Amino acid sequence: MSDMSLSQIEHEAGMGDYFALMKPRVMSLVVFTALVGLLVAPVPVHPFIGFVAILCIAVGAGASGALNMWWDADIDAKMKRTASRPIPDGRVAPGEALGIGLALSGFAVILLLLATNLLAAGLLAFTIFFYAVVYSMWLKRSTAQNIVIGGAAGAFPPMIGWAVATGGVSVESVLMFALIFMWTPPHFWALALFVKSDYGRAGIPMLTETKGRRSTRNHILAYTLLLVPVAIGIGFTSIGGPVYLTVAVLMNAWFLKGAYDIWTRSDADSEADKHAVEIKVFKISLYYLFAHFGALLADAGLRAGGVL
Amino acid sequence: MAIKVEHELHERRKGRNRGMGLILVVLVGIVFGLTVVKVLQLGDIQQFETFDHVVRPQLEPQAGVTE
Repeated sequence: MSDMSLSQIEHEAGMGDYFALMKPRVMSLVVFTALVGLLVAPVPVHPFIGFVAILCIAVGAGASGALNMWWDADIDAKMKRTASRPIPDGRVAPGEALGIGLALSGFAVILLLLATNLLAAGLLAFTIFFYAVVYSMWLKRSTAQNIVIGGAAGAFPPMIGWAVATGGVSVESVLMFALIFMWTPPHFWALALFVKSDYGRAGIPMLTETKGRRSTRNHILAYTLLLVPVAIGIGFTSIGGPVYLTVAVLMNAWFLKGAYDIWTRSDADSEADKHAVEIKVFKISLYYLFAHFGALLADAGLRAGGVL
Repeated sequence: MAIKVEHELHERRKGRNRGMGLILVVLVGIVFGLTVVKVLQLGDIQQFETFDHVVRPQLEPQAGVTE
């Protein structure tokens, strides 16, 4: 008994290990897009309520990250990219991650309800459910379209931010959702093209494994083509403006060029230069999203300053 | 007999306790801050003052005028 309890105590987690459960890097994207959704909305929000709302959305996203790590600990252990996560690394017990995920989900949703409105809290609850249950438990291991549907979870934050301010849903918030939703597949498949062996080892039906890498290249181009009208379209709604339209045209041309380059390449080309183009397009996709939401914020700032 | 052996574990527990304490303090601050903001946003406080089983002349603004 003493041996048992001693070995358990040796693995007791520190505060930083719990923080790592919440996927801080994903959280930074969530915070940014939710903040933009909140700030571009036509209804002003009290700064403190805005701060609490963003905090709730961030904690909710972190909680769903913890639930995802609890459920996926077995496959995380098999992939190089995720093997050092707290659970497969033995720093946090699976039960602790489940407890933290559930408790933080509850706190985040209830506090958001009290601070703002039912729609925003409901959307946050649905997002957590969608990521933890629909994506992690169901789709991730069963379909090659896992990324497409799972991307919806990452697309909700600006919609929640908008709902915090306006209490409703509108064309603008749906288009911001659609922008991230359509952006996620080419972003992730570009990643899958240069870390292919990992997903295969863990048995995740990533598109590169089930339909092959040629098909993945076609998919990247197709989804990027579908993404362009959504991204440009936002420029003609009430939240668009000259900064956004300029950025959108430039970034979409750049991203489309990258997707086209990926499409024209064969795997032999890709192996030859160590996936240079795929890695480049993956980086472009990150700039792409930050530039679009940053431009929305810039136009909102110009409108607030009376320039537009 | 006092146990005085310091273990690396104690450091980690101290860190966790402090972290938890900080989170609780922040939570209290958030609830207090929300209360202040929400109450200040109420606007005209009179509309929240209704019948409460005692006579309150301020609820009848017309009383003095009609007499």
